[in-house]
Amino acid sequence: MNKSALTRSKANWLPFTVELEPRLTPPPGWFSWVLTIGMVIFALLIGALVIAFAGGNPWAAYSHIARSSFGSIGVLSDTLVKAIPLMIVGLACTIAFRMRIWNIGAEGQFFLGAFGASAVVLTPILPADSPQWLFILTMLIFGMAAGAIWGFIPGYLKAKFKVNEVISTLMLNYIAVSWNNYWIYAVWTEGGFQMSKMFPRNAWLPRLTDFADRVPAFGGLTVHFGLILALIAAVVVWLILYRSQWGYEIRVVGDNPPTANYAGIPIARNTVLVMMLSGALAGLAGMSEISGVVHRLQGAISPGYGYTGIIVAWLAKLNPFAVIPVAIFFGALILAGREIQPSGIPKMIQGIILVCLIASDFLMRYEIRIRRKGEA
Amino acid sequence: MDLIIVLQAGVATGTILLFATLGEIFAERSGVMNLGVEGMMLLGAMSAFSIATRTGNPWLGLLVAMLAAGLISQIHAFISITLQADQVVSGLSLGFLATGLSLVLGEGLSKAGTITLIPSWTVPVLSQIPILGPIFFTDHKLLVYAGYIIIPLAWYYINHTRPGLHLRAVGEYPAAADSLGVNVYALRYLYVLVGGVFAGLAGATISLAIAPGWFSELTTAGQGWIAIGLVIFAQWDPLRAAFGAYAFGALRRLVLDIQAPMMLFGFRNPFYYNPYWGFFLEMLPYAFTIIVLVIGSREAIRRRLGAPTALGIPYIRGERGL
Repeated sequence: MNKSALTRSKANWLPFTVELEPRLTPPPGWFSWVLTIGMVIFALLIGALVIAFAGGNPWAAYSHIARSSFGSIGVLSDTLVKAIPLMIVGLACTIAFRMRIWNIGAEGQFFLGAFGASAVVLTPILPADSPQWLFILTMLIFGMAAGAIWGFIPGYLKAKFKVNEVISTLMLNYIAVSWNNYWIYAVWTEGGFQMSKMFPRNAWLPRLTDFADRVPAFGGLTVHFGLILALIAAVVVWLILYRSQWGYEIRVVGDNPPTANYAGIPIARNTVLVMMLSGALAGLAGMSEISGVVHRLQGAISPGYGYTGIIVAWLAKLNPFAVIPVAIFFGALILAGREIQPSGIPKMIQGIILVCLIASDFLMRYEIRIRRKGEA
Repeated sequence: MDLIIVLQAGVATGTILLFATLGEIFAERSGVMNLGVEGMMLLGAMSAFSIATRTGNPWLGLLVAMLAAGLISQIHAFISITLQADQVVSGLSLGFLATGLSLVLGEGLSKAGTITLIPSWTVPVLSQIPILGPIFFTDHKLLVYAGYIIIPLAWYYINHTRPGLHLRAVGEYPAAADSLGVNVYALRYLYVLVGGVFAGLAGATISLAIAPGWFSELTTAGQGWIAIGLVIFAQWDPLRAAFGAYAFGALRRLVLDIQAPMMLFGFRNPFYYNPYWGFFLEMLPYAFTIIVLVIGSREAIRRRLGAPTALGIPYIRGERGL
């Protein structure tokens, strides 16, 4: 039995010793979810301490977050609007992380997806009076293709030159923002403003409020068709990961690269393909945001969706279906976070949650034993 | 556009990258990759600026920045060394945490008034040397000169001292180091701390000297990530790191300065007449980081050099393997 640094920490003055022993059998399935929820609560408590330290009122901040994101049907719809890009980006990260490829570039792929979708309207690739289904389909393809290209670059560099994908994807995020800015300021600017012209209605994803003339209760609800796209994406990612040969390869590479290599799984090719799929999904998120919410290309289209998606994927334990509720939780945090002071609170709470979660992961591998002194 | 002035400013800007890169070299040489550099730099920049505005003493701000970033780096040390979590994930999460913390604690700081900055100085005799004098020894912040002193010290420490030997041993073959009585865990904690302190110093160098102020996430603008890229380019060697840091500093300055003049080397300056090309200039440091990574990786493969062997692998006493 190995004795790690963990097992050696004992206090002599206690009437019992606390020891950590490596688990011989994996813990039951429910354990990881209980642990996750426990850690989120623990993280919120730490967050409360920091807010109090920074001079805020943690109770007011948290109750404000809860009320302004789940308090009524209207704000719930707004929460979902924020959650849609997080769901899709969370799925993008899930598939890459499952192969242990650290795609931190979802933010840039999101921007490129928005760019690709906008190009359909603004270049224009389609005339402004094209039917809605054709617009949406074309924007979907262009957005996903642009994201896939942005994912291909770091994937190829990793497969061919062993370039660390964490850094290359991050650098591409900064490049993507400058790229979009160029088009917003120089080419598609409307009257010198830092935004393009509004898209024609045909290029909008349908929203619930668009059907208010038939169902009055939908009036003012801005939740859009992107939610359906996100749910479809979740099913597709699950099917790929758990019901396809390719997904099996991805999981083997993720769990044990040497084994995958011996088994003849083409790691380099899968690296490129997974990065492209991951990029395409992040691009889909950008397309859905631009076509469903913003309706024009502008600079401020993401409050860090690409980065929050990383935490969403991790909190969901890389389970495509768990991504959906986790994304809603973070959507609420982002929605309410726009109004509370200090404005960095949502980002900080995200960070604390992630740190607690990763720290708690050792409880999956070790169990805590409390022994009375004198016992063997 | 005077090339000497661009290079002089480039050395100043490069000092930020230099500190961050050196710190990460120490951490990675001990076997622990810390991807939280960007966040730790932000925390350093924020706390340095905050303390300096409150006390009027920039040196105290510098000290607190180093302490704060060093302290928060220990979270990563605990999670990755003691709890044996994946270093990539742990470092990323530390970055998120430190960034969020800086934003919360730095709320309203951007509206702070004037502060006393780290003073500048011109070296008496050395500044008279043609070309090198004006670039390296004229009107620089004291921190820039501190950088010149730290580079050879870091190189000598890692390659030619007994503690440096222990540092390398812990990163290359921790089991062997352990069997000879070197405390692997303690040393890894120590060098993650060193990395944090350097990142804090780098952050303070931004907010108190080179680009004074607090501009939330824009304060660092990805320099922490560029530093991690430079570590790979530098092959974990402080001297190469210094070269890379100053070259990147000069590039970052060039991107800003090249847009200003109407004439460039006797021609109409295209960047002056097409200001929107500036967005492509903005991309250059980030694109160059990727190119530098490709070059660094190819060279590592060709010369069979590379990362410390145990980089990224948790050390578990008594288990087989590294």
